[in-house]
Amino acid sequence: MAKPTLRLGVDIGGTFTDVVLEKDGVPFSTKVLTTYVAPENAIIDGMHQVCAKAGVAPADIDQIIHGTTLATNALIERRGAKTALITTQGFRDVIEMRTESRFEQYDLNLNLPDPLLPRQMRFTVAGRVDAKGQILVDIDRAEVEAIVDQIAQAGFESVAVGLIHSYLNPAHEELVRDVLAEKLPHVAVSISSEVSPQMREYERFNTVVANAYIKPLMASYLGRLEDRLQAEGVACRIFLMHSGGGIISIQNAADFPVRLVESGPAGGAVFAAHIAARYGLDKVLSFDMGGTTAKICLIKNQTPKTSRVFEVARTYRFKKGSGMPISIPVIDMVEIGAGGGSLAHVDALRQIRVGPESAGSEPGPACYGRGGDRPAVTDADLILGKLDPDNFAGGSIQLHADAAKSALTTQVGDTLDMDAIEAAFGVAEVVDENMANAARVHAVENGEDLSEYTMIAFGGAAPLHAGRLAEKLGVDRCLVPPGAGVGSAIGFLRAPFSFEANRSVYMKLSDFDPARIKSLLTDLQAEATGFVRTCDDHSPILSEFKVYMRYTGQGWEIPITLTEEQAMAPDAATFEARFIEDYTRLFGRPVDGMDIEITVWSVNATTPPDPVARTDETTGPDMATPSGTRPIFDAASAAFTDAKVVNRADMTTGARAAGPVAIVEDETTIIVPASRDAICQPDGCIDIIPKRAAR
Amino acid sequence: MTQSNVAYQVMWNRLISVVEEQAQALVRTAFSTSVREAGDLSAGVYDVKGQMLAQAVTGTPGHVNAMADAVAHFIRRIGPDNIHDGDVYITNDPWEGTGHLHDITMVTPSFHGAALVGFFACTAHIVDIGGRGFGADAHSVYEEGLYIPIMKFADRGTVDETLTRIIRGNVREPDQLIGDIYALATCNEIGHRRLVDMMEEFALSDLDGIADFILTNSRRATIERIAALPQTAATGEMTMDGFDRPITLKVRVSVEGDRIVSDFTGSSGLDKKGINCPLVYAKAYACYALKVAIAPEIPNNAASLAPFEVTAPENTIVNALHPAPVALRHIVGHFVPDAVFNAFDKIVPGLVPAEGAGCLCNFQVSLRPRTDAPAPSHARRAEVLTFNSGGSGARPGHDGLNATAFPSGVMTMPIEATEHAGPVIIWRKELRPDSGGAGKTRGGLGQYMEVGAQEGHEFDIQAMFDRVDHPARGRRGGQPGAPTTIAQDDGTPMRGKGKQFVAHGRRVLMAFPGGAGYGDPAERPKALVKRDLARGYITADAAARDYNLTPEDIAAVLDAVEKGTAP
Repeated sequence: MAKPTLRLGVDIGGTFTDVVLEKDGVPFSTKVLTTYVAPENAIIDGMHQVCAKAGVAPADIDQIIHGTTLATNALIERRGAKTALITTQGFRDVIEMRTESRFEQYDLNLNLPDPLLPRQMRFTVAGRVDAKGQILVDIDRAEVEAIVDQIAQAGFESVAVGLIHSYLNPAHEELVRDVLAEKLPHVAVSISSEVSPQMREYERFNTVVANAYIKPLMASYLGRLEDRLQAEGVACRIFLMHSGGGIISIQNAADFPVRLVESGPAGGAVFAAHIAARYGLDKVLSFDMGGTTAKICLIKNQTPKTSRVFEVARTYRFKKGSGMPISIPVIDMVEIGAGGGSLAHVDALRQIRVGPESAGSEPGPACYGRGGDRPAVTDADLILGKLDPDNFAGGSIQLHADAAKSALTTQVGDTLDMDAIEAAFGVAEVVDENMANAARVHAVENGEDLSEYTMIAFGGAAPLHAGRLAEKLGVDRCLVPPGAGVGSAIGFLRAPFSFEANRSVYMKLSDFDPARIKSLLTDLQAEATGFVRTCDDHSPILSEFKVYMRYTGQGWEIPITLTEEQAMAPDAATFEARFIEDYTRLFGRPVDGMDIEITVWSVNATTPPDPVARTDETTGPDMATPSGTRPIFDAASAAFTDAKVVNRADMTTGARAAGPVAIVEDETTIIVPASRDAICQPDGCIDIIPKRAAR
Repeated sequence: MTQSNVAYQVMWNRLISVVEEQAQALVRTAFSTSVREAGDLSAGVYDVKGQMLAQAVTGTPGHVNAMADAVAHFIRRIGPDNIHDGDVYITNDPWEGTGHLHDITMVTPSFHGAALVGFFACTAHIVDIGGRGFGADAHSVYEEGLYIPIMKFADRGTVDETLTRIIRGNVREPDQLIGDIYALATCNEIGHRRLVDMMEEFALSDLDGIADFILTNSRRATIERIAALPQTAATGEMTMDGFDRPITLKVRVSVEGDRIVSDFTGSSGLDKKGINCPLVYAKAYACYALKVAIAPEIPNNAASLAPFEVTAPENTIVNALHPAPVALRHIVGHFVPDAVFNAFDKIVPGLVPAEGAGCLCNFQVSLRPRTDAPAPSHARRAEVLTFNSGGSGARPGHDGLNATAFPSGVMTMPIEATEHAGPVIIWRKELRPDSGGAGKTRGGLGQYMEVGAQEGHEFDIQAMFDRVDHPARGRRGGQPGAPTTIAQDDGTPMRGKGKQFVAHGRRVLMAFPGGAGYGDPAERPKALVKRDLARGYITADAAARDYNLTPEDIAAVLDAVEKGTAP
């Protein structure tokens, strides 16, 4: 059966709520300001706007797919419910003690982020499971009841349960859950063996606490949203984008709201993956640069790379370790503080530093003329000729080059004995280098060589920087898709129904137990498939099997993908061969004589992706007609060059523009460096490729 | 500045990124828990003269200066004419490496075209190097394990199989150690490849220009900071438990224009046991203490470290010479910052923290089938090492950090992972109320741990704790932190250091020390005292005794906790 034809994608972001309605493959989009108090208001508003544009009524919509930063923001802003944790006696402080280390070694005044729940909201109960899942000390129901009475008296709205080794044996957690359900039926309950059945108590407890903390808020929001949409005449089902890049039902989302964290950026990665499929690209680097941050993700074989743990709410310059770990299936992205609004300064070493501090929208970069006197990346872009001061955001904002120049001179140039242009060049190079370093490190960590990759760039600031970034990374080709401003919401419409189930179970290859493996993977498959079935009762459901393996003694597991045959007829030699193959690719050489072990098992159930029509690529035979020229600074040659200016509207299919050139449109400007040409492909993507070598 | 200075800015950034990648590669491939879980490692890039240009901040300060000096030793020992493309060098020399035999340092020359352009070095703490095993029990370095002088591990790409056979024949976990050695070699290789990429991108034939840019800027920035300090000297002192007798660390810190000299004259002499510290390691921590206080954001390199000079008379506890036993040199090393801060506080008041827990609260458990009665068939032998932390000292403007390593940079392991490593059971690992010294700002809390074995096992515990008899001392009226305590659950007393037997069925109860307080407790804002009481960081008794909280206030806080209204 074909997918419904009228579908709505909604992405609630920090500033804007993006709404895209796709009618028979044709998108109608709008951006409305996010309404913090009642986020559903912006959705309703946006929905009416796009329905009007498309000439349809809300009642005609066949499917709504929604992603939101509300869950993330609730964690960052600590706006969750009054939540208690019940944990194992002796381990009251796991979520507070973290890794017992400082994420920044060179700051005497460092403070660690407060745990989501202060100590008085954490209760302990006797009872202990060991590392084999056997019960060492039984749990005492009477003690649990007494704790639940205390929780009742203190008026908690939500309770998290996280007990040691519960991922191996959930019996004690389930008993606590049952007592809570009996005595406090109106209190939300989350147990760690359901939310995140993975080893490592800090990550698991923190994840279940985060889930419990945002559960009442998200449940109430999702309920209100459903009611409001119905009141507006919407009759279709509503689904939620999750952080792993798939879609789940609104009920599952309400039960496991922690899985909604980072769903917006996940949509962006799905958007890029879809474009990769249109071009048959197996190795893609998605580059999403907005006002405050840049996000980078590797997409192999048209599938974004995923991970089992990520960190939310980093409190200290986006530094690793300064947030809280959440162990859920997630699209693996690097996010750094590099955006158009990122501010530049000169440090004690006379080095230019850019970000993570951002000018935001108020006062904004100096060139906005709203009182900002510190130079932002946008100021540098303006001075370097990448932006046209009279045609920014479709001419709605007049940019002030003098203010940008003065900010760059006073804050950067004077200290370093540079003029405004050189200072702007320095700022742009540093921010591009920061992004390039993040991409390089991410690639190395994944054993990938970026020179084989194609970049897909979207987000407001990406087209200004993508060309230079590609030069720095040795990436030949870069695609800038249309609709880049609402990329995440479009991505929602491309996502499959999916659910990933994980479990930590240790097994050495020397103790390989095929029967146990088969039963474990079968259970996980049934669990994951069950979730998907609640969304889609007829489509075939595919299962992707993954195990995480390492040499015994190592602390870092690598994911090994198995075929269904390999998973359902497990064989130690095959597992070993697959591991050695991937290990060698990542780290250069295998290690002789060491036993190998499996730590985590995972099954991702997903509906098959829609068939994607391949773009019929053009070689760009027709030269586009420029509307004029302007001087633009070319970083590779470190000098201004006379660049052509081409209107995006004039870039029709097959049109080519030779760099250096600025391709301008209302939303953004694409800067093509002197080393490259740009071609307009039939699907509207601007394809930036190296100039043909002179023959 | 010319345009090429923009390129140098980019290149400096790049080199720091390169060494971070180098370190990450090591974390992901190493076998030793100390490296992979705890981050006890270091990685850096050097110019042809052996001057360190950049170092990964991943890892622990203990390797900072030691690594900086190491490459020059390698160049001298190998001989400049004997350095070839494809070579990899190795050592675990405590005096020319990083302070004990358990740290392996490897250096790889980096060639671009046909020319030597620099070196990559990395260091990792490995779990076993033979000898008596990791502990303080040896009487000389000869008993502490296999010694590998600076030599070639690989010569023009060919690994020295004689060396690997000798190594394999002398250690308890040969596959792991060889795996770690290859991981070290691989991480240098990754750094080298990325350096060559950078040199091609910027069309460089050598690193002279960028080295000069980095070192000149770093030296200037560091000296500016030193010049801005009061040009004076002060002495600091502290006493720690030691092994059998207390050890005094004494240091005179002297700010002298373009340098700061830390002179440890007056510190205790050598100890019989393996807690002596080679100067490289004491220097690393002295330097860390001063740098974190006055120049925290200046990256570590030859020029930013050079102005911090450290001296100590030979064969004192902080300048142990061969063949003194040095396996647990970290215990003394981790207290060096407290001694330096005690001096520096007299030079610049109001900047450095009060004393903290100091050394990590590490212990190793050696489990085996019980010997007092027939053991069940599933019982087995296993070695389990854990890293844990007490509380850090209160800062002038902030409380100390609870159960967080300082000055060390390592992490603890999840207890669920520890229990997979052997038949050990961690019954308790949580904060220790009332252990943070009272003050206007409070010392960080220590922690309780309780350790036993699975049914059918007995064990030895190798304790590496200090501050049993010498708790952290407060500053400006701040109270001391709580001392370390250790005993068995039946009351049998135990010692803070050394290998001790624990019979079947017994558990070891440990309380790790808190950091000291800063300033008069009477000046602590009442709201914070109430918060601490609500959270149980302090008990009602302590709130009344140390902070004069009234019985009414105490009752109100406890009532709010019960009603769930305490913030």
